[in-house]
Amino acid sequence: MHIHFLDPYRERSSPIHALDPRVKLVLTLAFILTAALTPVGAWPLFILLFAIILSVEIISELGVLYVLKRAALALPFVLAALPAIFTIPGDTLFSLPVGPWVLRASIPGLERFASIALKSWVSVQAGILLAASTPFPDLLLAMRALRIPRLLVTIFGLMWRYLFVLVDEALRLMRARAARSGLADQPGLKPGGSLVWRARVAGGMAGSLFLRAFERSDRIYMAMLARGYDGEVRSMPLPALRPWHALALVIVLSVLLLLLVMGFLFW
Amino acid sequence: MLLSPLPMHIPDGFLSVAVSLILWFATILVVAYALKRVGEDLGERQVPMMGVLAAAIFAGQMLNFTVAGGTSGHLMGAAIATILLGPWAAILVLTCVVGIQALIFQDGGLLVLGANIFNMGIVGTAVAYMAYHTVRRLTGERLWGILVGGFVAAWLSIEIAALGVGLQLAISGISPANIAIPAMGGIHALIGIGEGLITVGALAFLYSARRDLFQANQAGPVGGKTVWVGGLLIALVLAVASPLASAHPDGLEWVAEQKGFLDAAQGPLYNIIPDYVLPGISNEALATILAGIVGTLIVFAVGLLVAYSRRRVQTS
Repeated sequence: MHIHFLDPYRERSSPIHALDPRVKLVLTLAFILTAALTPVGAWPLFILLFAIILSVEIISELGVLYVLKRAALALPFVLAALPAIFTIPGDTLFSLPVGPWVLRASIPGLERFASIALKSWVSVQAGILLAASTPFPDLLLAMRALRIPRLLVTIFGLMWRYLFVLVDEALRLMRARAARSGLADQPGLKPGGSLVWRARVAGGMAGSLFLRAFERSDRIYMAMLARGYDGEVRSMPLPALRPWHALALVIVLSVLLLLLVMGFLFW
Repeated sequence: MLLSPLPMHIPDGFLSVAVSLILWFATILVVAYALKRVGEDLGERQVPMMGVLAAAIFAGQMLNFTVAGGTSGHLMGAAIATILLGPWAAILVLTCVVGIQALIFQDGGLLVLGANIFNMGIVGTAVAYMAYHTVRRLTGERLWGILVGGFVAAWLSIEIAALGVGLQLAISGISPANIAIPAMGGIHALIGIGEGLITVGALAFLYSARRDLFQANQAGPVGGKTVWVGGLLIALVLAVASPLASAHPDGLEWVAEQKGFLDAAQGPLYNIIPDYVLPGISNEALATILAGIVGTLIVFAVGLLVAYSRRRVQTS
């Protein structure tokens, strides 16, 4: 079984896919920074940010539903911001009796919570768009352009290349265990052995996964040596940025800057 | 997400920009130093090894075991990476794991990636190194020393990192310290037991299969003492500061107010232009409606344009 379902990249022929990966990475980061800097309660800005990301989703031909569905996966963390509704003082919106205490939801608290949730929601969508429209080797190129050290980029590249092999390996280990009834994920089924025994089995699996990774990395090193590796990683020079890509970069950056300036002036 | 069992990957929007940038700065410094160290100390052989081990840790995080009902324990891998590779290489490996999780799988945000690398990579590694080597020094060359050291290192790395996350959330003004820190610390005290048990299982397996992996690291890496001291300091500071912060949330709230000024509602400009939303529009509700209309128009126009160009491609 192959685990390409993990790779979020979706091949399309949209302008977003054709955009230079360096521009895409910088714009994604700028968009997320803009969302993070947007003041709490600046609803018009949030609406405009959402309109921007929605437009890009439509242009990218990835399917708005696909992006929104994936974005929902990041939602559980919103729980961390939930207390803000009740702890920030302000006009009481409604109160919830919890045992002997009464939780008072305040309007500023609710505003804070909604702002955090919206920020995180549009940011996740930007991240999904980047990952779904850019093949990983292009992202490596963008990382190099952002001056990330070459050794780190090399480790990233090697990791990506063997990620699917090792995830396959982990899934095989898990299938072998499931076949021997060491795992019962469904409620109602009793898992075999004691808790410590199950943990030891999982630990043994992790250990053998690492051992296989060690041995595989030895073989990879031999293969690299045989092909002339001398400890130095060489890569092609970065291609020049095409004019309309640079133009797109400047335009979107100025739009985001304009939004931020508005946010700071009026909120 | 499916691949991240731990509620420790902070998404974007949950840390104030000031906290995110400070932690980015710290992370860049430490990772740059680790790169220099690894470049000096380790042979060229280590480069493919770190890449493949990063992939193995990513895959290893899928391995779980049933605890009870529908819940299960998972592996984060900071402790085992530190024990097998030494602290500097482990920092690089975990940086790559956390980086790919954020960049490709949206497990954790990009602006807060520095914070996530700091918590899981740097804090996790330093604390695990400190704990493991302290226990091994005390117990000598015995197998149970390795196993106990592994368990303590795994549990402590998870717990201290979680306290760090709680503290960062509190400083960012996301959730109050007396809720965030006990919640993160409490949940991860349990999750850490799972991590510890898996780590012990993995170490026992590796000890019987490849004892040389443990002897190779015996000499300790260059700069090991710095990491040990750093791990001890981080563990002490977080272990002491977190209960203090959650006992006196007001003090932290003050910090949050000061630090979170960038995204707090009222900037200094608010006083200069009160009740003035958009030029010519003195009503906030009106501005929101206007933004809604503009936004809808943008999306509508883009949709039309894409549909039109797609039809032209199909007909031609």
